[in-house]
Amino acid sequence: MDLITEITIFVLAAFVGFEVISKVPTTLHTPLMSQTNAIHGIVMLGGLIVVGFADDSLEKVIGVIAIAFGTINIVGGFMVTDRMLGMFARKPKPAETAKPSESSADASGSAGTREG
Amino acid sequence: MLPLAVLEPGGDLAIALYIVSFSMFIFGVRRGTHPTTAKQGNLTAAAGMAIAVATTLLLDGIGNWGLIVGGIVVGTAVGVVASIRVQMTQMPQMVALYNGVGGGAVALIAWSEIRHGISLGEEIPLDEMIPVLFSAVVGSVSFWGSNIAFAKLQDLIPTRPLALPGQQVVNALLLIGIVVACVLLAANNDDPSEGLFILVLVAAAALGNLVVLPIGGADMPVVISLLNAFTGLAAAAAGFALDNVALIVAGTLVGSSGTILTLEMATAMNRSVANILFAGFGGAPTAGAGTGEERPHTSIGPQDAAIKLAYADSVVIVPGYGLAVAQAQHAIKELADELDKRGVTVNYAIHPVAGRMPGHMNVLLAEADVPYEQLREMDEINGELPRTDVAVVVGANDVTNPAAKNDPDSPIAGMPIIEVDEAREVIVIKRSLSPGFAGIDNDLFYEPNTSMLFADAKAAAAEIASEVKEL
Repeated sequence: MDLITEITIFVLAAFVGFEVISKVPTTLHTPLMSQTNAIHGIVMLGGLIVVGFADDSLEKVIGVIAIAFGTINIVGGFMVTDRMLGMFARKPKPAETAKPSESSADASGSAGTREG
Repeated sequence: MLPLAVLEPGGDLAIALYIVSFSMFIFGVRRGTHPTTAKQGNLTAAAGMAIAVATTLLLDGIGNWGLIVGGIVVGTAVGVVASIRVQMTQMPQMVALYNGVGGGAVALIAWSEIRHGISLGEEIPLDEMIPVLFSAVVGSVSFWGSNIAFAKLQDLIPTRPLALPGQQVVNALLLIGIVVACVLLAANNDDPSEGLFILVLVAAAALGNLVVLPIGGADMPVVISLLNAFTGLAAAAAGFALDNVALIVAGTLVGSSGTILTLEMATAMNRSVANILFAGFGGAPTAGAGTGEERPHTSIGPQDAAIKLAYADSVVIVPGYGLAVAQAQHAIKELADELDKRGVTVNYAIHPVAGRMPGHMNVLLAEADVPYEQLREMDEINGELPRTDVAVVVGANDVTNPAAKNDPDSPIAGMPIIEVDEAREVIVIKRSLSPGFAGIDNDLFYEPNTSMLFADAKAAAAEIASEVKEL
């Protein structure tokens, strides 16, 4: 790809980004930040390319650290976003967490959905 | 040109797969506009990522599989464990940490690019050299800056601004040094010095530390969002260097989103991004504020609060980070349910920067199963507060301070607030009269229609709920 094509893609992507993200309501900004954060973990591809073609040992070390870092970014980012968004989806609460905070009175029976 | 940057035969297919993958990122974020579709959108983006990774692994000539798999396994294990164990209140520092490792990855990739270029002994073209230098500097700043932000939010280091004398000068000199070194490296692109490059990485690391250390804990979310945008742009730059379209689009997408969020947050705090970065605000004790004289206030107990709430028609709950710290979301939800049973209309007023990042409070309340429809944004609820019987402020402080609109000399003057002082009555549940993150006294506490309930948020909410039940 020549430079000018890449710059074209960059500029168009910037506009798409602004358009798409402006539509996300404040309520969902934390998951949004965490999701886009996961997306920039895509630099891990750079690590794959570096290690995949490396001969030099220091290069391999640097590249493997980059892969591990990028993978943490991707896997952790998407999973934690999924956890957060799961809380917004209103379902009968699956008794997943046994947090100490739940010990106070029972909170069951409040699972019924109410449409506004 | 690095051989690794050239797509091997079948390159068209690889690019096509990258296009599929970044389309899924855009679609995934687009689905994030509504809570019912956001989860699916996130999965779509994750699937897009899987396609991008698989495509890269299938490129002709990729070797060193043991190392690659090892890196992925370690990264996955850490990512999975961290994301399962993290509590919702700790989300901002989690995002900071993930952002940091992303930035670190970019900087490391840039370093090995340079090494590789030098080892080939050929001239590194400028359209590759410049993006590599950019991603090295920004990635390094982002890595160290995010780690400091994490340490501050996790209380590993003091959250108050830590500034050295003449710090701005030091920062400026570092920045100039980095730029000069980068120009030198780019000018000698036929044989750049790796030592000088490493020096650039180190200087950028120092800059990342020095820029974030003087920023107070309350402003960390803005910093994280800004660094998120930086990491995105650094990833896009790496895409330029590697001629990888998926990296360019994905990185730019994140750059845009981080920029928008940063500006929105700055607007919500009525400050410019430059002011947040360089003013050392957010935790500094303000001279003369709240020292000395005791001002008269009204304090009440849980019974009185229960009576006020139970016989109201409409109640607005204003949650702040203190609620999250006290883990009082569930207790508050129970109280709201009790009031709801008695026919009281309950809504939650969410300030854009309530919690530790935008939308953080919504996540915390969603965790406690508060219906999405009851979460009302500031502008919407402010119109209704004059008609509200009781506003209950739980663990929120600065975002309710009427000084923001009444006192032009206040450090938070002009900051948009939830105008609880307009409500007929206000109950503030708080441990003491101590000031919030901005370090200033809250005039709201001394208003004639305000009653202070001094208690732990969780205990108080539970007590009021049981009092209401008995009425």
